[in-house]
Amino acid sequence: MNALSIQQLSKVYGNGKVALHEVSLSVPEGSFFALLGPNGAGKSTLINILADTVRPSSGQITLFGEDLLKDRASGKRRLGVVPQEIAFDPFFSPREVLRFSRGMYGQKADDAWIDELLQRLELTEHAHKNTRQLSGGMRRRLLVAQALVHRPKLVVLDEPTAGVDVELRKRLWDFIRELNASGTTILLTTHYLEEAQELCDRVAIIDKGTLIASQSMQSLLGDVASTSLCLKYAKSIENHDVILAVLAEFSPRICGDQVSLTLQQQGETSNFDVVYQAAYQQLGSPIHTEIRQEDLEDVFLRLTRKEQV
Amino acid sequence: MSRMNFIGMWTLFQRESRRFLRVKMQTIVAPALTAMLYLIVFRYAMGDRQVPGLSVDYFTFLIPGLIMMAMLQNAFANTSSSMIVGKVMNVHVFLMMSPISSVEAMVAFLSAALLRSMVVGGVLLLILLPFSNLALAHLWMILFYGICGSLIMGSLGLIGGMWSKTFDDMAMISNFIIMPLTFLSGVFYSVSQLPPFWQQVNAWNPFFYLIDGFRHGFIATGDTNPAQAIVMVSIITCASVLGAWQLWRIGWKLKD
Repeated sequence: MNALSIQQLSKVYGNGKVALHEVSLSVPEGSFFALLGPNGAGKSTLINILADTVRPSSGQITLFGEDLLKDRASGKRRLGVVPQEIAFDPFFSPREVLRFSRGMYGQKADDAWIDELLQRLELTEHAHKNTRQLSGGMRRRLLVAQALVHRPKLVVLDEPTAGVDVELRKRLWDFIRELNASGTTILLTTHYLEEAQELCDRVAIIDKGTLIASQSMQSLLGDVASTSLCLKYAKSIENHDVILAVLAEFSPRICGDQVSLTLQQQGETSNFDVVYQAAYQQLGSPIHTEIRQEDLEDVFLRLTRKEQV
Repeated sequence: MSRMNFIGMWTLFQRESRRFLRVKMQTIVAPALTAMLYLIVFRYAMGDRQVPGLSVDYFTFLIPGLIMMAMLQNAFANTSSSMIVGKVMNVHVFLMMSPISSVEAMVAFLSAALLRSMVVGGVLLLILLPFSNLALAHLWMILFYGICGSLIMGSLGLIGGMWSKTFDDMAMISNFIIMPLTFLSGVFYSVSQLPPFWQQVNAWNPFFYLIDGFRHGFIATGDTNPAQAIVMVSIITCASVLGAWQLWRIGWKLKD
């Protein structure tokens, strides 16, 4: 069964901005699902529709087989959302916030679970402080705890590790992985693509409100990941538009003094010569040349830039 | 349809009432002090003068109005500040995400506003009563107007909080709408003292009926016809509660 199934979901804001255009995707139950896309792609709009802070313009959402838009209250009990923006109630302590959060989901107090959450998210020693005294990273972990306190079956994490240091981030992911292993479905958006590649078994990419890929992480990396030719020049590359247009068939990615171009393998032969010559004609001799295997980041950039071209 | 979320409603009520109890200085002690200051000022400014048209001394006339004014302002403050703090700190998303229906949210918010207003009213009464010879002439009137006034102001606080985007918007509503209406509602004077034109204007101020009715419960006399006032206040109470509920239900200014 799918934990979440979205059909033809669209959202047009009051100012006419199309944030989502007929997006359809399914999140299988028990999966660790990455929802990726550049800034402003529509990820947060999609999550805010799930969270009931934004109204969809059209489309359907099924959560564990039930129509979410018809019976919100029932769906909400199975859903835990970590919002992207930091939010904290300045009147209460983390422990009180968690007790209130759980109660608002209609569940009886469970201090043992709250203690465990505080401990796993490394907030135990701050549990009685006022939330105003917490650091940014602590507040973000408290948001994670709030989303988990009613033991939802689907947890949506919208950029949960922004501002959390590397060590803590690793421990946070260990905890989320444990939850996933015990049957909780996880839907994650993140800017750290290596995190998504490491954690997630399925991935969807949206760009400008449209779904451009949705498949297993393995097949996405296998299907579209190829090798790239990376060329570094003595000075920063100018005339981006011209170069992007001329080299368009090699999916160019320009960053400062570097350009990456996708190599195609056909049987035994590679198009290295053609790609190198094309770049040489535009940009001259590079000072450094490297061929490397693409990772999710390259795939992501290529897929989303292709849309732009 | 899902079942009622009683635990959720109770939790939200607790959150909304613990919030004001946590800052007692602002929410209970400060209104009590303000009322005391008014009394001291008017006690010496007005002396033993009687209110024209009513056979009651000015000091006794003033106390119920001051109590009611504090109750109304506190009921409004409880819901409006919760809403605006929730919006500015982004905490209101948790309320939107939780399975609390619009009816449950209304019950929780308005009960907490009512509780705050009752606590403030009770404290003021205890402090001010020893300085006056007030009696509880019609307890039912005191309760009726106290409860209705709190519900009206709690609902208006919710609507104002939904509309406001910033603390400044909220301050504008408090200072330019709520404050003039409460001050010009006959707390400090009897309407019969006003020129005929302003008496007409006053008849359109809903706060006038609340203050006059509440005071009637103490001094057994007033400027309004009690039966007419009760009908008016009942209608205004229903309209404001239903209005707030309807706006909440559609997510007015809360959901894009």
